[in-house]
Amino acid sequence: MKPTMTPDARAALERSGFSRRNFLKGAGVLIVGFSISGRAGNSGGQTAGKVVPLTIALDQVDSWIAIAEDESITGYTGKCEFGQGFRTVQYQLIADEMYVPLERITLIVCDTAFTPDQGVTSGSQSHPTEFGANGLRQALATAREALFQMASVRLGVPADQLAVLDGAIYVKADPTQQVTYGQLIGGQRFELTVDRAATPKDPSQYTVLGTSVPRYEIPAKVTGQFEYVQSVRLPGMLHGKVVRPPVVGARVLAVDESSVQNLPGNVRVVVINDFVGVVADRQYEARQAAMALRVTWSEGVGLPSQANFYDYMRQQPSRDSYTILSDDVDQRLEQATNIIRATYLYPYQMHGSVGSSCAVADVQGKGPNGTATIWSATQGVYPQRDSVARVLGIPPENVRVIFTEGSGCYGINGADTVSYDAAVLSQAVGQPVRVQLTRKDEMAWGENYGPAYSIDLRAGLNEKGNIDVWDYEAWTLTKGNRPNADTPGNIITGALLGFPTPPLVPGPGNPPTSYSNNSNADSSYGAGCVAGRCGGTGTIESERILLHTIESPFFTGPLRSPARLQNTFANESFIDEVAAFLQADPIEYRLRHLSDQRLKDVLNEAAKAANWETRPSPNPDSKPTGIATGRGIACVLYEGNNGYCGLVTEVQVDQDTGQVTVTRMVAGADSGPVSNPDGLRNQIEGGALQGMSRCLREEVKWDDQKITSIDWMTYPGEATTVFRFGEPIPVVESVLLNRLDKPQLGAGEVSITIAAAAIANAIFDATGARVRQVPFTPARVMDALRARG
Amino acid sequence: MPEFTLSVNGSSYTIDADGATPLLFVLMDDLQLNGPKFGCGLSQCGACTVLLNSTGQDLPIRSCVRTLASIPAGAQITTIEGLGTPEKPHPIQRAFIEEQAAQCAFCISGIMLHGKAYIDQHPNATQEEILRSLDGPPRLLCRCYTHVRMVRALLRYAQEVRP
Repeated sequence: MKPTMTPDARAALERSGFSRRNFLKGAGVLIVGFSISGRAGNSGGQTAGKVVPLTIALDQVDSWIAIAEDESITGYTGKCEFGQGFRTVQYQLIADEMYVPLERITLIVCDTAFTPDQGVTSGSQSHPTEFGANGLRQALATAREALFQMASVRLGVPADQLAVLDGAIYVKADPTQQVTYGQLIGGQRFELTVDRAATPKDPSQYTVLGTSVPRYEIPAKVTGQFEYVQSVRLPGMLHGKVVRPPVVGARVLAVDESSVQNLPGNVRVVVINDFVGVVADRQYEARQAAMALRVTWSEGVGLPSQANFYDYMRQQPSRDSYTILSDDVDQRLEQATNIIRATYLYPYQMHGSVGSSCAVADVQGKGPNGTATIWSATQGVYPQRDSVARVLGIPPENVRVIFTEGSGCYGINGADTVSYDAAVLSQAVGQPVRVQLTRKDEMAWGENYGPAYSIDLRAGLNEKGNIDVWDYEAWTLTKGNRPNADTPGNIITGALLGFPTPPLVPGPGNPPTSYSNNSNADSSYGAGCVAGRCGGTGTIESERILLHTIESPFFTGPLRSPARLQNTFANESFIDEVAAFLQADPIEYRLRHLSDQRLKDVLNEAAKAANWETRPSPNPDSKPTGIATGRGIACVLYEGNNGYCGLVTEVQVDQDTGQVTVTRMVAGADSGPVSNPDGLRNQIEGGALQGMSRCLREEVKWDDQKITSIDWMTYPGEATTVFRFGEPIPVVESVLLNRLDKPQLGAGEVSITIAAAAIANAIFDATGARVRQVPFTPARVMDALRARG
Repeated sequence: MPEFTLSVNGSSYTIDADGATPLLFVLMDDLQLNGPKFGCGLSQCGACTVLLNSTGQDLPIRSCVRTLASIPAGAQITTIEGLGTPEKPHPIQRAFIEEQAAQCAFCISGIMLHGKAYIDQHPNATQEEILRSLDGPPRLLCRCYTHVRMVRALLRYAQEVRP
């Protein structure tokens, strides 16, 4: 696992035209860094007569792998590491598919100069993508088959009589006859198109995948050797800070530069439309200048009252969309023996990444000759390249974005917006600039929040107690999103710079033409029947799934399990309410409405591991006062096709205070072949506890003008905090179903998706009180306890 | 600007800076250390934690709110770089590696150094006692919620140092 660089990788660096490079070595991690000097007019893909293609072609083997004469292998991919462990899985995949030891491999991820454009690292798509037809695995399989053909020619033996060990292809009948990868192709390009017919290794033959290879970065991370984006340092680098508006919608009226002119540090002030920033020699000087700078702002636009925000949402013009629209919903509701209904409320929540976001940019010039290099923790280096180019007014081929890991990111935290901040400030001062947001700028003005939801559910039961019809109607909000070349205004800095944020256009929804349950709006119990085809995991054939989207007062975007967590909280709470109404065991009642065997399996495995006692909820032994204990279950097929999970939680509810303590969480998970069992467990554990913090504690707060959740004392505030280190933690157990005969699916968002519902259901089991609004604060639990009658 | 002398990870440095500068900025920018990190700048999360020894005992402090001028003369500062290396990790670092107790690990200085300081003083502490001591204030946060493994790593370290 030594951080060596193959001659090919070095050649790629040369080809890209970046001279005066240096390589910063963090143990086990290659970080490709570039010195600042000498790059003006010489970066961004063009050098003396050579043009590097703007996109490194996805269908070319050489875009993915290079083999050096010394047998070292360099992989290039567009799926980044955020602490979820996928860097290590990609090493494992290369080792297994190429039959080479891990130590021989170097991996370069998410750098627009070298790696293929794989869009955004998000949506639990890394496994399906890299193991899919257009990903790393298929390129590796093509390379390996090509190497076998070359060896066949070299050794004069048909390819089917050859085998490979540690990167050496040998004749099965006479292993002394062999030739190594390096001897066959070392230092040269494959010049091959990825072959869709190449046969990847069967997962049953994996020897490296399927084992708990330790994560590459951890030794460097725990010893302070790891280079985060926060620790990128360039020669001549200055420090920038931004000055955000005091209230939502305020615009710059005047900036008094004299207010900082006597401060130390060669302070420079940059104002572009409503974007205000300062640059100084040192970080402390920049911070002091940002605080001292006198800016006159206009009044804000005002915010809707948070107290009745869920009602407000229902009164706004909306853009409507149907996931399913069966034509007999109203008729079946009329015929139903019983109708159950409930409304579930979910607040805005934030990433609250533990480190505030940071980026370093080196921008030289403007116009066609301008160049830029951005070190960024963005989830999408190519979209950022294109949108930064737009922001800076320089050609995208002159922009290089180098992904450099930052603090944990679960969607759009401030990583993209701070990259704009650094780029704009660097362009203004003509020197490299590092910007790290303040905690307040991160929380109030840095990220795109996960949006609120209000969800009405209605189920019509038949005389047997089965659900015959399922009616979902929800309201949510949107403003901005991931930025791309056309939409820099999708994030705050772009909007402050004057790029428009695309407005929401209200309009009615049309009946769907095909079924997609990407947002898990359809419950697991829906048959998902659209246009004569049924793609759901359940048995309920009559469904109406209608979403109203309104304009959000705050920027919104994906936050770990976006929409899926909100929807699944409602759907999985509601099925529990129906089961309770019928006095049925919650798992037995779910199984009755499921058609997908893998979903049934994760439910059953979680239940078995948790010693689930089959009986209806609430717990008949619970007393109405004091501490009550209960268990709850929830399950999901993430995104309708991307990872199965069932989760049992056990809770204690203090019925005198409303305090909920989660004592145990038992997950059953099936994401196809398990790449790294310990890594998967780490994701399930982290998702379960993050989900617990979000559903018990977290809610973004605002007043009539501005966000008031601006630090860890005020997010979420109200005498509580997010779940802290040091609080008693639940026991977390994971049962991994290793499905070697199935495709690889996502795993990073499955447990968080069902944590809220599993906890709400456990609270009900313990007490008979139903909480339908996240977060389940003590006050809300007390309200629910009083309402149980 | 005044000069300050800092002893960090066994080496002595002369720093020419405003005494009001947070110690963290000096460690990050002047000494180019990557271990202590800016999380909140408000002593609310722990990412900037370093050990300060001015009394014969290592105490965790929040370097984001301690000014350069407030560091007593002769005090020894230890960051996670000063404990060990990937090749030769300190036992607490080895415990975190063996338990794979990290995701993004941006918070790791706080969890490890507060944990180490407490366990070194209380080697017989139970899991409950260790957790109670780490619940602050000041607070420690891990937003990837790697708590399960981090607690295991701290217990592993405690077992190792137990007399």
